[in-house]
Amino acid sequence: MRVDLATVEQVAKDLYIRAVKILPDDVKQGFERLSRSETNPRARQMLGTMVANIAVAEEQRNLTCQDTGIPIYNVTIGRNVQVDGVDLEAAIARGCARATVEHPLRSSVVHPITRRNEHTSCGIRVPVVNIAFSEAPEELAIEMVPKGSGSENNTFLRMAVPADGLDAVKTFVIDSVLAAGGKTCPPTIVGVGIGGSADLCVHLAKLAATSRPLGSHCADADGAKLEAELTQAVNRLGVGPQGLGGDSTAFAVHVEIAATHITMNPVAVNMQCHAARRATATLTPAGVRHEA
Amino acid sequence: MAHHDFTMPVTEEAARSLRVGDTVTLDGTLFGIRDRTQIEMFDRGRATRFDLAGHAVIHTAPNVRKVAPSERFPAGYEPVCIGTTTSARMERFTRPLMAQCGVRLVIGKGGLQEDSQAAFRELGGAYLAIVGGAAALETTWVEAIEDVDLDDVNPESLWKFRVRGFGPLLVGMDAHGGNLFRDVASEARSRRAAVLASLGVTAR
Repeated sequence: MRVDLATVEQVAKDLYIRAVKILPDDVKQGFERLSRSETNPRARQMLGTMVANIAVAEEQRNLTCQDTGIPIYNVTIGRNVQVDGVDLEAAIARGCARATVEHPLRSSVVHPITRRNEHTSCGIRVPVVNIAFSEAPEELAIEMVPKGSGSENNTFLRMAVPADGLDAVKTFVIDSVLAAGGKTCPPTIVGVGIGGSADLCVHLAKLAATSRPLGSHCADADGAKLEAELTQAVNRLGVGPQGLGGDSTAFAVHVEIAATHITMNPVAVNMQCHAARRATATLTPAGVRHEA
Repeated sequence: MAHHDFTMPVTEEAARSLRVGDTVTLDGTLFGIRDRTQIEMFDRGRATRFDLAGHAVIHTAPNVRKVAPSERFPAGYEPVCIGTTTSARMERFTRPLMAQCGVRLVIGKGGLQEDSQAAFRELGGAYLAIVGGAAALETTWVEAIEDVDLDDVNPESLWKFRVRGFGPLLVGMDAHGGNLFRDVASEARSRRAAVLASLGVTAR
């Protein structure tokens, strides 16, 4: 399959707009689950407001949250796909800028030193474009994540050492959730990266928080067991929706792992707010397939 | 746990009458501020032509559409989506907002810290918590963008909104030392050791 760049640009634009307006089905189901189990009256009321907001956004075709985020595009390239990488990145950036200008969306992106806003949601190395590969024949998938800053500002890395053991990992996750309090707009999806190098560890935490649907499990059996334990544990802290108390601190804890060095024991936490937005489309020889 | 309907601006007495757990709904004027707005005002000494005395400010930077000024869109901006951002980053600006500009109420999400708490007590003010991330709903409470100042730092301009039925908002911090965020955080920290024990970890 030869990738049509005009299609990529259009898809990049459409995905940004769809992501900020329509939450994925697994997140809506997550709200239903938390609403059923929450015992704190104020927390139940706040969850009700969040659910009502999702419906208002869909009815009025409006954004669920004002924060248009840092735009991230996760591209997965299947087998036998022909595309020029430089052109692909440029087409995605054009689509991102068009969504911002043409919708319009608030450009939340500035130069890190001058703080100048170009009003395109683009800048040096932004949108973030991550490239991965898959076995899927003749398809190129694009996932768009508008990552909100309230949750992104609560990202933590600890280069623990082997002597600290898995206890350090567990303690770090609990302490990160405590430190974040209501600032991350709970209930959150707590992404935990374990292992790898420092940068890979943070990247895994980000993928765990933003790219994995609720109800999915870590592919590694030990990782899956740990994330189930941590999900129960963080919801015993009582932080609750918006940090105002309750059982619903996190929809889930997601763990992603990578092999690491014999001397290292890195752990990273990245959180996704309750506006857990992502949208995906797949380019195939038969056309574009949009996924909820 | 009383409910208060405020038409802005309000007196010091009204701000002091609020207690944590109360709810408030606002009508009239509401000012939108953000990180950069306050950096410009308080670090770079830029004055605003708006009188904020007795008013409420909300931590926001809206999505807007630029249009020709009209009766409906007096500032030349149509509201698209107006929501609320995390307050904690702007902790150090609460006191100058109150002391220099006379602001009485701060609306945000996630809560503020010690100095804001002290400023509310000393100067007479309160923090009203909104449900963050519920911006589509919040936008339905905004009638118009009436005016805008410091617009060279758009979208982090100083926005003047006209609101109707803006709320209910929860009083999260009051002028009497009440602070729901602090109480919840302190209760959560007190559970830390037991939660770690449930994971087989001895707390240190």
